[in-house]
Amino acid sequence: MDKFITLKGIAAPLPIVNIDTDMIIPKQFLKTIKRTGLGISLFYEMRYDLQGHEIKDFILNTKPFNQSKILVAGDNFGCGSSREHAPWSLKDFGISCIISTSFADIFYNNCFQNGILPIVVSPENSKKLIDFAGDQKEFEIDLPSQNILVEGEKIGFDIEPYRKERLIEGLDDIGITMNYEQSITDYELIQKKDKPWIFKDIE
Amino acid sequence: MSTGSPKTLFDKIWSDHLVKQRDDGTSLLYIDKHLVHEVTSPQAFEGLKIANRPVRRPSATIAVADHNVPTFNRENIEDEQSRIQVQTLANNTKEHGIEYFELTDQRQGIVHIIGPEQGITQPGMTMVCGDSHTSTHGAFGALAFGIGTSEVEHVLATQTVVQKPAKNMRISVNGALPLGVTSKDLILYIIGKIGTAGGNGHVIEYAGSSLKPLSMESRMTICNMSIEAGARAGLISPDQITFDYLKGRPYAPKEEHWSKALDYWSALPSDTDAYYDKELVINSSEIDPMVTWGTSPEDVMAVSGLVPYSSSAKTENKKKSIERSLEYMGLKSGTKITDIKLDKIFIGSCTNGRIEDLRSVASIVKNKKIASHIEGMIVPGSGLVKKQAEEEGLDVILKAAGFDWREAGCSMCLGMNPDQLKPEERCASTSNRNFEGRQGRGGRTHLMSPELAAASAIKGYITDIRDFV
Repeated sequence: MDKFITLKGIAAPLPIVNIDTDMIIPKQFLKTIKRTGLGISLFYEMRYDLQGHEIKDFILNTKPFNQSKILVAGDNFGCGSSREHAPWSLKDFGISCIISTSFADIFYNNCFQNGILPIVVSPENSKKLIDFAGDQKEFEIDLPSQNILVEGEKIGFDIEPYRKERLIEGLDDIGITMNYEQSITDYELIQKKDKPWIFKDIE
Repeated sequence: MSTGSPKTLFDKIWSDHLVKQRDDGTSLLYIDKHLVHEVTSPQAFEGLKIANRPVRRPSATIAVADHNVPTFNRENIEDEQSRIQVQTLANNTKEHGIEYFELTDQRQGIVHIIGPEQGITQPGMTMVCGDSHTSTHGAFGALAFGIGTSEVEHVLATQTVVQKPAKNMRISVNGALPLGVTSKDLILYIIGKIGTAGGNGHVIEYAGSSLKPLSMESRMTICNMSIEAGARAGLISPDQITFDYLKGRPYAPKEEHWSKALDYWSALPSDTDAYYDKELVINSSEIDPMVTWGTSPEDVMAVSGLVPYSSSAKTENKKKSIERSLEYMGLKSGTKITDIKLDKIFIGSCTNGRIEDLRSVASIVKNKKIASHIEGMIVPGSGLVKKQAEEEGLDVILKAAGFDWREAGCSMCLGMNPDQLKPEERCASTSNRNFEGRQGRGGRTHLMSPELAAASAIKGYITDIRDFV
């Protein structure tokens, strides 16, 4: 997985509340069997008209925001389905940091599996950051010190230590868990005694 | 099960599945059952292949194709990408020795319908699926939640997930449900009350006297939409209704295992005095038949109400959100909800595609015709639901009323298959999401109960079941 340490660049403001995963990547793009290539379809229905032409005034179609690596969005970003296609499409577009006042649980978790940093800020800071983003100010995201730096302001954010470590190191969850193989096997053998109907196949 | 301080149902399942509490604050949680479908799994199997990792315990996983499958002429899936995705699931499950219900198998259907139907879903289990409506299975007192594809791969490889414990929230609903009010209205009412982020970070346990007499089907409808309230999982303590539902189902425990399981299940309900981080108490008399008017499940109100004014919003963001929703939905503030004219009716989905739902619809439309401008579609949740309905003669009633009678799948709930709304088409839907574009680009969705959708199909307008004769 890609590491995330620091990130510098302009941020695209998208101050809509409850941006759901159907908006981020509509259903017709879920038919893929690959993780890549979804960036072009990100926010498809807001970004393209019925004929498939770019809608000129949609923020990610305008310069310089079409190069944004950061998105500042309204409350409850990523609600709805569990589709990991949502973070895949954001990442493929080039966005690896999303700032909001809140995120839906599954989406939040999916971000970390793909080297994307979701940052929760207060409503006041969100408003401020949306304005800075609109004014094309440069954002600097510093994960080690847990700060957003913009226009001389320093806005701190919280992140669980294990998530921070995995992003900074670019660690793969499965590899870490496989080190606990013995614990998993022991667990199954103990449970088989109490719940034989669930562990019929465990020898 | 360990004793000590009073525990919630969630606490009990959690501690019973804890493989390892790790130093970094995360927990490794064992997964008893993993359900897999065609849309969120191909990349997970590909990941295993790239890393040369086997599926750790193939017998703990069951697979079915549901999201992408046509609901008619399904022998040959026309859409190439859909066909490839379904075929990929068949190939992957074969390669790894995972049980797969083929499209031609009568047991095929929506993954959250067939789990309970087959007795795969059982109290006290941990269950996951790459689908947010996995919360449905919580109706059995199983801790069940949706995961992303990377986590699907993680479960296939290790039979565990990495988790932090959720917080406990209890929503108690007391009193008999008023006439015309169903479990769908109850959950829509709750979502309207706490909002789509109201349950974030929590598992919602539903309790109270209103729930006690409810069938498993009705309970599943409630837990199903927990995710629309922001909670990854919903839970209802198992009771005699749960046990009676499970007994004799193909994957339910048998013989000496049954009595052992029954003892275990009976000890699961939350202890009195267990601690909840959040509590909400609702009196059932507050609840009316509910309909969504906007583009988020929290945009919901009584069917007897009026389309809201954005000036009623408490915050500037909410005001903008109402204006955006109304524009998308093509609605004017102050319009009576029952004056909204419909084009389509969709009956189905993991929320309301079970036999009880089809019985309700049939009882309302019996000897009646759906309005001439309405296209009505009924998609049973599984092949077995369809068979049962046909054995009861429901299909005859529904077809005579003018409904299309389809094959099982997710269908127009998300419109990944050919069943979609056209731009500006307005649909009464028994599904779970009214997001912009969800049922087809530009399509306008009003979520409601099967009862309301059936009455609305006859009238051609959104209809209050209490005024329907």
